[in-house]
Amino acid sequence: MSSLVVSNLTVSHGAIRALRDISFEVQEGELTAIIGANGAGKTTLLRTLSGLKDAESGTATWRDRNILGKRPEDLVRRGISHVSEGKSVIPELTVRENLVIGGLWRRDKSGTERAIKEAVELFPRLGERMSQSANTLSGGERQMLAIGRALVSRPRLLLLDEPSLGLAPLIIEQIFAAIKNLQKSMNLTVVLVEQNANSALEIADTGVILNLGELVASGNAGELLEDPALKSAYLGY
Amino acid sequence: MRNLLGTLLIGLTLGSVYSLMALALVLVWRSTRVVNFAQAGQAIVTTYIAYEIVTRTGVFWLAVLFAVAAGALIGAGVEYFLMRTLFRHVDEGPVAALAPVIATLGLLGVIRSIVGMIWGNDFRSFYSPVSTDNFVLAGETIPFSRLNLLIILATVVVMIIFSIIFQRTDLGLSLRAAAFQPEIARLAGIRVGPIRTLGWVFAGVAGAIAGVLVTPTTILSPNSLDLLLVFGFVAAVIGGLESLPGAVLGGLVLGLGVSIVLNYVGTSLVFPSIFVVLIISLIVRPNGLLGNKKVRSA
Repeated sequence: MSSLVVSNLTVSHGAIRALRDISFEVQEGELTAIIGANGAGKTTLLRTLSGLKDAESGTATWRDRNILGKRPEDLVRRGISHVSEGKSVIPELTVRENLVIGGLWRRDKSGTERAIKEAVELFPRLGERMSQSANTLSGGERQMLAIGRALVSRPRLLLLDEPSLGLAPLIIEQIFAAIKNLQKSMNLTVVLVEQNANSALEIADTGVILNLGELVASGNAGELLEDPALKSAYLGY
Repeated sequence: MRNLLGTLLIGLTLGSVYSLMALALVLVWRSTRVVNFAQAGQAIVTTYIAYEIVTRTGVFWLAVLFAVAAGALIGAGVEYFLMRTLFRHVDEGPVAALAPVIATLGLLGVIRSIVGMIWGNDFRSFYSPVSTDNFVLAGETIPFSRLNLLIILATVVVMIIFSIIFQRTDLGLSLRAAAFQPEIARLAGIRVGPIRTLGWVFAGVAGAIAGVLVTPTTILSPNSLDLLLVFGFVAAVIGGLESLPGAVLGGLVLGLGVSIVLNYVGTSLVFPSIFVVLIISLIVRPNGLLGNKKVRSA
């Protein structure tokens, strides 16, 4: 069953068209990598799916209900959590507070505490730093915290924007392993936006390649790794 | 020695009121990035309301209650009807940053005129709920009365309530998250719109309390709180404009500074001296006493 269905999606930034006529589907419990160079429209795609940006035309549904033109705070309540680009944590708050805010809307303190415990089991380093300001964390820890906060919202669809950005290769490996683990253990549907094509496609089930706002290839992740469209999307030939 | 004690106590009293006004300005700044000049106007309306209650009933606490309720309502109203309308129509470019501030300045003028039409422009005195006679310590009078003590105690109580709300409750956490990173707050499921309105509500309450506390020490007229706005703003900037404890600390520093100038230098230099304090503090601590340092970017 397709749970996320995007059809003919077009999004503009003023006069500039960021995405043109994009269509793809993601099955329940599947990890899809959205791949492309800078300016391909990957971030715009995620921001549109999570309600931060309005679409110009086209449709997008999650579990058969429209998600376009909705507020992000309402989509969280429907199970869609977005970890935005650049370690989306609030540096002025403590690590614990950053996790707690993901669960405030549920008004269920014990449920939130359980979710925080699970996030800490996944990223034990967060547990050692609960009362520290998020400002004191390293880049990798911040990324873990951002994903942890999204998990406290108990998502069914997790949208991740470049979790590898600016991180050392060893940390990227850990984070990708954690993402794969989440998908499997919680049967989570994941849309992973990455510039780091090889690492992303290695853990993904399916992939979508964007180039300058257009979809150039999509399908099985393993096959996409061999696809010449992948190289051309990055190198422009 | 007596003189020094008096100076400190007066500084503390002035500082308390400045802190409350600074708190109001910081709360609005954090929630909507607007410097709210109308804060003085909102507070003058609530103070006149308190004046009406207290002259009719003679019950000061009832007057405070009405002022606080009115302050909350007016704060919510200004945010909901004026700010949201402006943000909807201009959301990009330099005009978007400036228009709301100019609008609050205009609103201050409008409120003052309306208050003048209703209550007149003459000076009125607002009766103090407690004695304004100075305390006598070991046969010597110190320039500090029960009213001053009440001002300090009331401010401390307000600060404690605010810090419990902000540091210990889910609501306070939502307010802080929405203030610092509204986009991430929304992605975490926090409804940032109502939370912003709430920031204005708390600011309205703080301003209303500042108005009813300070007015018994001076007089009441449609622009009698304008100076408090200036002091409050300077205190907020000294404190870092972002930080609630900073606003309190900035208020106290400014209050003590003003009191020292009043007692040891001369009344005519009070006004210039606050700008000297402001400039020195901006040179020494450009981000404010408790302002945010640059966030580690790695």
